[in-house]
Amino acid sequence: MIDLTRLHAHEMARLLRHGDVTARELTEAHLALAERQNRALNAWLTIDRDRALAEADAADARLAAARAEGARAVDALHPILGIPIALKDLVSVAGGKATAGSRILDGYRAPYDAHITERLRDAGAVILGKTNMDEFAMGSSTEHSAYGPTANPWALDRVPGGSSGGSAAAVAAFHAPVSIGTDTGGSIRQPAALCGIVGLKPTYGRVSRYGIVAFASSLDQIGPFARNARDAAALLHAVAGRDERDSTSAPVSVPDELLSLPAADDEAAGWLRGKRLGLPREYFVAGMEPQVEHRVRAAVAALEAAGARVDEVSLPHTDYGLATYYIVAPAEASANLARYDGIRYGPRLGNGTVLENYLATRGRGFGPEVKRRIMLGTYALSAGYYDAYYLKAQKVRTLIKQDFDRLWLEGFDALVAPTSPTVAFPFGAKMADPVSMYLSDACTLPVNMAGLPGISVPCGLADGLPVGLQFIGAAWSELELFHLSRAYEAITAGADWRGLEPADLARADDPGTPTPAERAGVLSAS
Amino acid sequence: MATLSRDDVAHVAHLARLGLTDEELARLEGQLNHILDQYAILAQLDTDAIPPTAQTIELENILRDDVVQPSFTPDEALANAPERDGDFIVVPPIIGDSEP
Repeated sequence: MIDLTRLHAHEMARLLRHGDVTARELTEAHLALAERQNRALNAWLTIDRDRALAEADAADARLAAARAEGARAVDALHPILGIPIALKDLVSVAGGKATAGSRILDGYRAPYDAHITERLRDAGAVILGKTNMDEFAMGSSTEHSAYGPTANPWALDRVPGGSSGGSAAAVAAFHAPVSIGTDTGGSIRQPAALCGIVGLKPTYGRVSRYGIVAFASSLDQIGPFARNARDAAALLHAVAGRDERDSTSAPVSVPDELLSLPAADDEAAGWLRGKRLGLPREYFVAGMEPQVEHRVRAAVAALEAAGARVDEVSLPHTDYGLATYYIVAPAEASANLARYDGIRYGPRLGNGTVLENYLATRGRGFGPEVKRRIMLGTYALSAGYYDAYYLKAQKVRTLIKQDFDRLWLEGFDALVAPTSPTVAFPFGAKMADPVSMYLSDACTLPVNMAGLPGISVPCGLADGLPVGLQFIGAAWSELELFHLSRAYEAITAGADWRGLEPADLARADDPGTPTPAERAGVLSAS
Repeated sequence: MATLSRDDVAHVAHLARLGLTDEELARLEGQLNHILDQYAILAQLDTDAIPPTAQTIELENILRDDVVQPSFTPDEALANAPERDGDFIVVPPIIGDSEP
């Protein structure tokens, strides 16, 4: 009897179509594993068994109806039909919780479905529940969740990355084959790297943000996690495309080829021949762990050996990315988070004038990192400082974007770089110094500043912890990034680290294993 | 670039409507100044002739037809309100300190 949780989504899809497995069986298997391991991992904030099983039964009914109708009807089904999925807890699902990892949304119930929730329902995906995250997606470790940190399945004393750490850990631990995250400065790619899975941040405007809790509106994008390129591409296909309710979602067609990436390794690898890749020298940042650099350079050598041409290139404004990002993102956040006032939803604290209620509701409802960013953003936008900070940052943002534009004009097909300067770090390691935490995203946040797509794929282990390789493309080039990622999978199919499961899954299975909050508490006390 | 005093931090907290404890104000004073120090690097760049980027995809004037569409019922819209009276959200007094 095969363990259904170990299958890839595209394998599940094939079995579902042949009637060899039901969506209910897949859902039961994933729910059981998630429920058993969530004490040790805290990847999930909500597991909605009843809703998931109802959706699974609906998927099975659609499959049966299509099979009765004939092969053409079966072929028309989306490959995500009947596939269990996890959503970051900032995606609205009508009637369900959406905490965004914050106390200030305690008890809030989403009155409507996000656009991507509607799209996933149309495609027939089975939503198992909602995953843990840094509060309002602000953080790189998931330690800034008001509901306790998430553990990394590879090492339970370490973070999964963030802010979409719960969605990454859930997929790495086989609780779901695919999940949804959001990426404002690296919040999909960095946790994908630290958990050893695939994560894509699409082009700004590719996926509608309607019904997603906003952080920084000119940077936020929604994207897929999976354990392989094909599954991530299929999930992007299911959720991408223009939506009238988000005027920044672009009227750009979504290629159906996302559903037909090559299955055969030799065909996939062939895509690399003659491709021109740039290796930005500035992305080997100060503080990068030598083993991470070693793994990334080995991956680059493998790409070259398979026929890609790799040239070292320069993105000269990379060093200005961190400062630029930490003005633009907090400024936008301070405006977006003004809505949490305790008037229309969420807990209302204080017992006096409306001003006293605002101060109490927001002062006690937000956690330390969110307060820090609101303070930074409010300051950067305040009278007398706007030109020096916000306007200046927007101008430097232009320079960062032009760095990339120049390379596309020179004919580069994509860039290849590290995703994160480090492997997964222990709980507490970067909590006392916000700037050290911010540096986790040095290699990812310029991509958000430029609005480009970027993907992280696993490229090996350093001391038993996953290392991520990042591909960055021109706007709307997600299909090319998936071809590249699939090709890299193909040329490393025989590598010794491929197929290794996260080392701490057995401990996650043990009901006596402490929770991540207990672990983090012990570590910070020592 | 500026340095923030404790009073500046308290002023920004008031602008942001964040009620912070003295301990939080003290911690933020140090942390915010440390972060502002990182911003100083931007002064190295001459950006006088560079246009600002507010968004990266060049979409303009995205309009839809002005057609009435179904929306929330009053019950749906009010379901999350902390305090409700009929079809209204109850709010504390907005002007002055006394009861209205």
